[in-house]
Amino acid sequence: MQAVAAARGVTKRFARAGPPALDSVSIAIRPGRITGLVGPDGAGKTTLIRILAGLLRPEAGEVEVLGAAPGARAEDVGYMPQRFGLYEDLSVLQNLTLYAELRGLPRADHDATFDRLLEFTDLKRFQDRPAGKLSGGMKQKLGLACALVRAPRLLLLDEPSVGVDPVSRRELWNMVGALVGEGIGVLWSTAYLDEAEKCAEVFLLNEGRVLFSGPPAELTDRARGRVFLMSGFDGARRPILERALDRDEVSDGTIQGRAVRLVMARGEGPLDPRLIAAGPRARLDPAEARFEDGFIDILNRAVTGRSALAAGYPETRGDTGPAIEARGLTKRFGDFVAADDISLSVERGEIFGLLGPNGAGKSTTFKMLCGLLTPTAGSGAVGGQGFAASGPAARTRLGYMAQKFSLYGDLSVAQNLAFFAGAYGLDRGRARARIGALVEIFGLERYLRSDAGTLPLGYKQRLALACAVMHEPPVLFLDEPTSGVDPITRREFWSHINGLVERGVAVLVTTHFMDEAEYCDRIALVYRARQIATGTPDELRARATALTGRADPTLEDAFIALIDQADRSRLATEAAA
Amino acid sequence: MRPVSGRRLAALMAKEIVQIRRDPSTLLIAFVLPLVLLFLFGYGVSLDTARTRVGLALEDGSAPALGLAQSYQRSRWFDITLAHSVAPLRADLIAGRIRAIVVIPADFGRTAARGRAAPIEIITDGSLPNTASFVAAYAEGVRANWAGGRGPPIRIETRFWFNPELKSRFFLVPGAIAIVMTMIGTLLTALVVAREWERGTIEAVFATPISMVEFLVSKLVPYFVLALFSMALCTVLAISVFGVPFRGSAPALLAISAAFLAPALGQGLFISAATKNQFVASQVALLTGFLPVFMLSGFLFEISSMPRPIQWLTYLLPARYLIPCLSTVFLAGDLWSVFLPNIAAMLGFGAIFFALAFVFTRKRLD
Repeated sequence: MQAVAAARGVTKRFARAGPPALDSVSIAIRPGRITGLVGPDGAGKTTLIRILAGLLRPEAGEVEVLGAAPGARAEDVGYMPQRFGLYEDLSVLQNLTLYAELRGLPRADHDATFDRLLEFTDLKRFQDRPAGKLSGGMKQKLGLACALVRAPRLLLLDEPSVGVDPVSRRELWNMVGALVGEGIGVLWSTAYLDEAEKCAEVFLLNEGRVLFSGPPAELTDRARGRVFLMSGFDGARRPILERALDRDEVSDGTIQGRAVRLVMARGEGPLDPRLIAAGPRARLDPAEARFEDGFIDILNRAVTGRSALAAGYPETRGDTGPAIEARGLTKRFGDFVAADDISLSVERGEIFGLLGPNGAGKSTTFKMLCGLLTPTAGSGAVGGQGFAASGPAARTRLGYMAQKFSLYGDLSVAQNLAFFAGAYGLDRGRARARIGALVEIFGLERYLRSDAGTLPLGYKQRLALACAVMHEPPVLFLDEPTSGVDPITRREFWSHINGLVERGVAVLVTTHFMDEAEYCDRIALVYRARQIATGTPDELRARATALTGRADPTLEDAFIALIDQADRSRLATEAAA
Repeated sequence: MRPVSGRRLAALMAKEIVQIRRDPSTLLIAFVLPLVLLFLFGYGVSLDTARTRVGLALEDGSAPALGLAQSYQRSRWFDITLAHSVAPLRADLIAGRIRAIVVIPADFGRTAARGRAAPIEIITDGSLPNTASFVAAYAEGVRANWAGGRGPPIRIETRFWFNPELKSRFFLVPGAIAIVMTMIGTLLTALVVAREWERGTIEAVFATPISMVEFLVSKLVPYFVLALFSMALCTVLAISVFGVPFRGSAPALLAISAAFLAPALGQGLFISAATKNQFVASQVALLTGFLPVFMLSGFLFEISSMPRPIQWLTYLLPARYLIPCLSTVFLAGDLWSVFLPNIAAMLGFGAIFFALAFVFTRKRLD
């Protein structure tokens, strides 16, 4: 099969002396299938797509798109950039018209094409609405429609599914799947490894290099037969996971509902539960391998369970009452309701997850709980202290890790640490001891003098966590803490968090990674500002089974079912009103 | 390079026009800001030497002293507060109720009677140096006139050409047009291109068959037209509301304005291509566009009275070539010998900026 686009040995560097963003990368995109471009943030996915779209020039290597140089056949290439490329002041129809004219779609075909695309994307009702006033999912569909406005032979999609709700994500996948039937070649870049499994062929990028190329099952096969679910063990999941990860014969492990999922090292059989004192009823059942297991296997770095951070952390005293509490929290901005009647309580030693698509109200809830936003109605408390009465005092009892690891990018790592030590009011001696310990725990020694803004993403995340736990708070707020980092860095992060929780720390976390939701003891699903479901991951799965009749759903299946139900009951209420 | 397609160009410009119409800040800068500026320069700012309040300490009762005092009271420059010593006026000067004290000393009559030059004393408020030196010069002028009047009678008839009443409004209001065109040409253009970078739309558009020329032209034409509309509005207001004479012709004004928009728009495009960020672009546009036009173009401060190195610097400023054209077309008439070299200079700067913008937009894609 002739490739519609191919790159051979492509290298691209942005700073002359810096590391290459792409290091002799070769890929081929074939027609009639979805080719996945998979990897963590900063792997080089966007750079490669921009080269294929003719927006960047590689410094070495050959690129051919539709048999010509990139950019030369632009009318036959559909490109959807990460931010969709829509003009927010222009209506849906005006955006479509603009791109139709720019791509040279014959005028006679305009109406029929727009009709078909609006039908396809279900945007007909909104065709006169400015693009800026669409929801994230609708923007994404309009972005796709603009890329498709003149039937392309090659479709380049740069992280089309980031930040949109799981329902829209699934719809988009189905829409693109339908196009593939028409013989279009699609390149779909993503940081979600579960999406990679659905592609016909995958290129796995990490730090500018192709780690793997081929059908995703081939990578998954590397871990086949080594994956087991352990259930029925004595005691809590987290210490069991920690002990299991400490064994050399276990290469990777995660929490999944009430069970612990283990990947054994090469050549090892199932783990003997006695080795980790899991109790007599513990049993191991073989489980399906996933693409992520193969990724971790290929990265070939040890995942450890023990957290040096947790080892030295003070045990939280048994305060009475919940560590974090919210009762009927509501926030309105004008007539826009950002959060509507959110109630939750988090005990010490518990991880509570807030899940939902971008714009659902997670961050608003979060900010109200840390006292950064004043709620319109409702109340809340951290460590038993209502934040309305004693905001600053409540805040010294919590550590906050903001989205995108907001550090001072122009300050060095050492200066960031010193700043946060000062901001949390550590005295000089304690600050020095604490900074020394954190530098050692997170391996920041070699970066101490570098500006925080120039760190690799994984190190930024470590530094952000180090700053958040500087004053050893008993409560941690983590906003999208692992967004975009590679799976091993995510494992390390969760090892720390699990360790801290075992010391009694209460954690409130937002995430849009479904497998991460599994680490939570309880989850609140937030959708369109409302808390539509709350419970343990297993309870939510059970509710989905009750709704759909489907056995053994994934958490994502469960969320789609719950969101679907919320949408239907909302429509019913609106129809009744 | 791809051939320019009229269809793509039209689509891009249509998009730009929708954006202009939907963005209140654009219309604010194009139509409200000019009004504010015109009223500010028409009514608020005046460089005219209106009557200044001055104290006159008349310590002498002789005929020459009284004659000189009368000259002061008749002068159109001064509003005289009369006293017989300095003491009562001192408090007024300190409080800022008067700007100077002219002292006609007790021996003024006797000295004058002896045929010698009789000295007067002028005390000025040095905290306002411009007013101080102005008052001092005029007070001395009145005295010299008075002294001259006592010799052979010479009357000096002064006539100011082009602006007979020496109204500063007559050159400030046309000058404000330069500011308005700089704001629209440079600031707005810098913002709109930077916005495309910030919102990531430029990426999607550049991945279509569009060429760089089409993209840049689609940005230029709408703002060129918008700036000309705004200029026309200013001109009508200047003539009808502020009574500024318009002695030249509309085509000449149009030619001058169009020529100036070349460097103004080019500078805006260049700034946005180099910064790619709306905030930085607006700061750079204000610092390199708006402020120099204000300070160095000859609009507020005469170039010929600036220090020599600053005068050389003004040659690098496109607005410097616009201001003389504007005051000529309003106050003097169509003088193509003035316009043509200035138009050539402006077009030259425009060409440089466009070349830079083109090179930078291309280069910075990588």
